[in-house]
Amino acid sequence: MSGAQGFNTKLAAALERLKQVLGDKVKGVTVDKKIIKVDVASEAIVEAAAVLKEMGFDHVKGVTGVDLIALKQSENAIELIYHAGAYLDDELAPYVVNLATKLPRDRPVSPSLVKIWPSAEYHERETYEMLGVVFEGHPKLKRLLLPEWWSDIPPLRKDYRPPGRE
Amino acid sequence: MQEEYQAGKEIYVYDTGEGLVFSYGPQHPGTGHFRLIVRVLGDTVLEAEPDPGFVHRGEEKMCESKTWITNIPHLERPAILDSAGMLYPYCLAVEKLMGVEPPPRAKYLRALMAELNRIGSHFYYFALYGVFLGLPTPFLWCFGDREFIVDLVQFIGGQRITHSYFVPGGVRNDVLARVPLKLVQHFRTWYSEATGKRPSESELSDDFRKYTLHVADFIDSRLDYYWDLMLDNSIFISRTRGVGRLTPDEVAALGAVGVTLRASGLRRDVRVDEPYDAYRDVKFEVPVLTEGDGYARAVVAFREMKESLKIIRQLVEGLPDGPFKLKQHPINIRVPAGEAFARAEAAHGEMAYYVRSDGSDKPYRVRILAPSFRNLIVIPYTGRGRRIADIPVIYWSNNFWPVEWDR
Repeated sequence: MSGAQGFNTKLAAALERLKQVLGDKVKGVTVDKKIIKVDVASEAIVEAAAVLKEMGFDHVKGVTGVDLIALKQSENAIELIYHAGAYLDDELAPYVVNLATKLPRDRPVSPSLVKIWPSAEYHERETYEMLGVVFEGHPKLKRLLLPEWWSDIPPLRKDYRPPGRE
Repeated sequence: MQEEYQAGKEIYVYDTGEGLVFSYGPQHPGTGHFRLIVRVLGDTVLEAEPDPGFVHRGEEKMCESKTWITNIPHLERPAILDSAGMLYPYCLAVEKLMGVEPPPRAKYLRALMAELNRIGSHFYYFALYGVFLGLPTPFLWCFGDREFIVDLVQFIGGQRITHSYFVPGGVRNDVLARVPLKLVQHFRTWYSEATGKRPSESELSDDFRKYTLHVADFIDSRLDYYWDLMLDNSIFISRTRGVGRLTPDEVAALGAVGVTLRASGLRRDVRVDEPYDAYRDVKFEVPVLTEGDGYARAVVAFREMKESLKIIRQLVEGLPDGPFKLKQHPINIRVPAGEAFARAEAAHGEMAYYVRSDGSDKPYRVRILAPSFRNLIVIPYTGRGRRIADIPVIYWSNNFWPVEWDR
């Protein structure tokens, strides 16, 4: 944890608790002005979410998938990020914790967090159709925004080329 | 059981369960390019499932093939009635990545534009909420009164609706000191009619500050008429009270935003929780009600407009001098590699962006977390067990904008 100015003790406690429960399954914690991000191993995502929920992060603001294949230090992985926020806790309300994990690009399967955060339901569906991440245990994993006749690869993957753009 | 993603596998099939299934929308009969798949038994809604995507434009993919600056005009398109709110967090996120801060004047002008857009957007909210509940008068009034806000937005940003006024590092242009006289004369008549005051030539002149303060006064007086017409109207009250009710715990679990959140007793507003730009300097209240129903949401929106007017007055009076933008290349800015998350309070609720850069001239990934998308889950949750006639209330009370959630 570096360079955190005016850093909240309750947030520090939540991040500390994450490290305590998950041990070395926490791959990295970034806290700076740009982002508060916790990287965890893919098998620990449910546990990590449960800890965050218990510490007061009661909803997710969104679920993001990032295809890492075209980055400069490219990886054959899809990064899955849950943006968790707190509504009921006044002290935690100013912070958004980005809970991230990396999934293999060839078989991106992750357990659904809808049971922990019901607010993730539609966001997970969007990530499913846009990046092809399959959420196990999701109550209704089907398309949301893409048309029924869509028959190409998931469009937010980097190897999808939109017609007329390149 | 694991299911692999298979392209082209899915088609929408209506299962033949209990009751009657029908489509509510998408041909704009009161939803706006959006469909609800409703299952009813008699007049009772068993299930109301949203089916968005009719106006999906792939904004997030588009971001990856445009530069940091040329992304701005299309990023405000998800909700053109609130262009400022849509763009605000994008600029904040890019600034975080660049490690810069805009000059004070830009901060004030941005907040001013955001508040003007919020009022314009809330007028839209009342217009559509009213007209789909059988009150056509607010529809006409709202668009008439919104015109004065739009005129002011055009004067500041150069365009009526999609002004692309915000850029990372400031605003695109400074505000002129003098308002066109024709605009002032046109406004003067309506001002006198609404407020009953006859300001002298020196009180309401072509000076930008005086003109803006008078527009704020005008909207303030007009809002009192709206209270009598719509919010104090017994038909409106009887149709909205108790419909779509959510408790504080429920809104927190569903992650709802905007008026839905604040009508259910949670005092959450990004402008206060994590103040940005000029919101650190202004004083205002966050209106909160505890009923959590369709009526409370309208009242919260009404009070928010009053608070926005308070903010506008403070911003105009305290508008600092100086540059309006950082010195930088107009089209090609350098954004170091990294990732940032930023949020702002748009008119529909909390708007956030997750932006990732790989150091090149184009974003690597831009994730738009739109407020309407986050409220979408409220429809199936509150629609269950209601009457068919309650669907417009459930739908419109949450301040939705279909293009915004489709992106």
